[in-house]
Amino acid sequence: MSVTSMADTVVDHKTNIIEIEHVSFSYGTTEVLHDVSLSVHRGDYLAIVGGNGSGKTTLIKIILGLLQPSSGSIKLFGEDVAAFKDRWKIGYVSQKATDFDLSFPATVEEVVQMGRFGRHGLLGRINEEDRSATRRALEHVDMWQYRDRLIGDLSGGQQQRAFIARALAGEPEVVFLDEPTVGVEQQVKDEFYALLRKMNQDLRLTVVLITHDIERMGHEAMHVACLDHTLFFHRSVDDYFKSTHTLIHPHS
Amino acid sequence: MFDLFTYGFVVRGMEAGVIVALIAPLIGIFLVLRRYSLIADTLAHASLAGVALGFLLNINPIISALGVTVASSLGIERLRNTKHVYGESALALFLSGSLALATILLSLGKGFNSNLFNYLFGSIVTVTQADVYMILALAVIVAVAIACFYKELVYISFDEESARVSGIPVNRINMLLIVLSAFTIALAIPIIGVLLIAALIVIPVVTALQLRGSFTQTLLWAEIISVTSVLTGIVVSFYFDLSTGGTIVALMLAICLAIFSLKSRA
Repeated sequence: MSVTSMADTVVDHKTNIIEIEHVSFSYGTTEVLHDVSLSVHRGDYLAIVGGNGSGKTTLIKIILGLLQPSSGSIKLFGEDVAAFKDRWKIGYVSQKATDFDLSFPATVEEVVQMGRFGRHGLLGRINEEDRSATRRALEHVDMWQYRDRLIGDLSGGQQQRAFIARALAGEPEVVFLDEPTVGVEQQVKDEFYALLRKMNQDLRLTVVLITHDIERMGHEAMHVACLDHTLFFHRSVDDYFKSTHTLIHPHS
Repeated sequence: MFDLFTYGFVVRGMEAGVIVALIAPLIGIFLVLRRYSLIADTLAHASLAGVALGFLLNINPIISALGVTVASSLGIERLRNTKHVYGESALALFLSGSLALATILLSLGKGFNSNLFNYLFGSIVTVTQADVYMILALAVIVAVAIACFYKELVYISFDEESARVSGIPVNRINMLLIVLSAFTIALAIPIIGVLLIAALIVIPVVTALQLRGSFTQTLLWAEIISVTSVLTGIVVSFYFDLSTGGTIVALMLAICLAIFSLKSRA
């Protein structure tokens, strides 16, 4: 894998946070993923791009242990995903995150605090450290002033920031985001990408983003993995754009 | 006014009523938010088969109702997880099946009598001191279990997938919630009756949700509405010689409607 110069400053190439080897997955007789192998280093910012039905969300669900692959292996922090116990190391903003029940009775602070629950065992109680981590996460996404508002009363962009804060509240090492920019305005998108850059560069978080936004990824992510049931490109962003250029303008 | 407290059965009814009123919203808030409201009604019908079994075998109907309701709750969850039938069809199967079983057991045990009405619609007259202790014991189990798994239940109710990613054993917590619902229904039978239990579990929560507060505030409002309706319902039913369960539920609905209309005017 070649790497851009920006990536060199923050990526720890010796540590693989995610290792996927020869993963295939089928829904009934339909093969959704075929022989996918991929690794993500600590500090990386990987964009997984692909069209509708290309298997992006399925791949993320397999990495997170929500679905079992038909074959292949997945390791998180060097451990098999089924045996992986330190779930707090993972932050997750699902595709459905902003598609929740708007009348659910929870304040922004109550929702963000849920991100701390993975740090406790089943009988663990919320303590002062949880409250201050919740506050830090809300401040990081610039949402502390909205802490007492009901989550359903916020705008789409604010809800998205609250869900990112929930993912950050557990102080994870890697954050997965599944198409969080679908259906949001350009300005909200810009703020969102700025926030991801800040998380990746300032907090040294590994970021794995699923997106349709292929063009934008040239300015944002360090690596791009193109998925269409199988992985057909997994390189640095510069290489990706050089090759797309060749594909689109073969005579130039 | 306070001469009613000189009657032992009223005091016992009040004690049992307050316990039931405190426990019902604790379960209700999670059932309503998870769109599981109908489970309460289904388990209530299953509990009638339990009551009928108690009549037939001459054991305390709360105990037999507890057994049958817990067994049904496990059966429903299992049937839903197999995905052989749609979720609500599983409920319909158990609801009608247990009602059929109840009528057969009642006819076998010659149980179609006035005592049955007390269990169908609730009555404070029939609550014995032993019932109060049993209701208290069941209530303590439910309250402790909810307190222990409160944060997990809240997280799963809001976002099941993220709860799973964070390592919460979602299936086991779901099962626990349904078994605790069975406990709550069994303990509420003597006061509110089989046919009206679901109302006690659902209406205070639905009403509290209209007030648009935080999760904690919503739970608190549901508790206040529940306890107020149960205590007022017992007093009103005593003085006007009305069905206790019916009066309590009518009061709850009145509060619910009042809040609805205040909200629509605001």
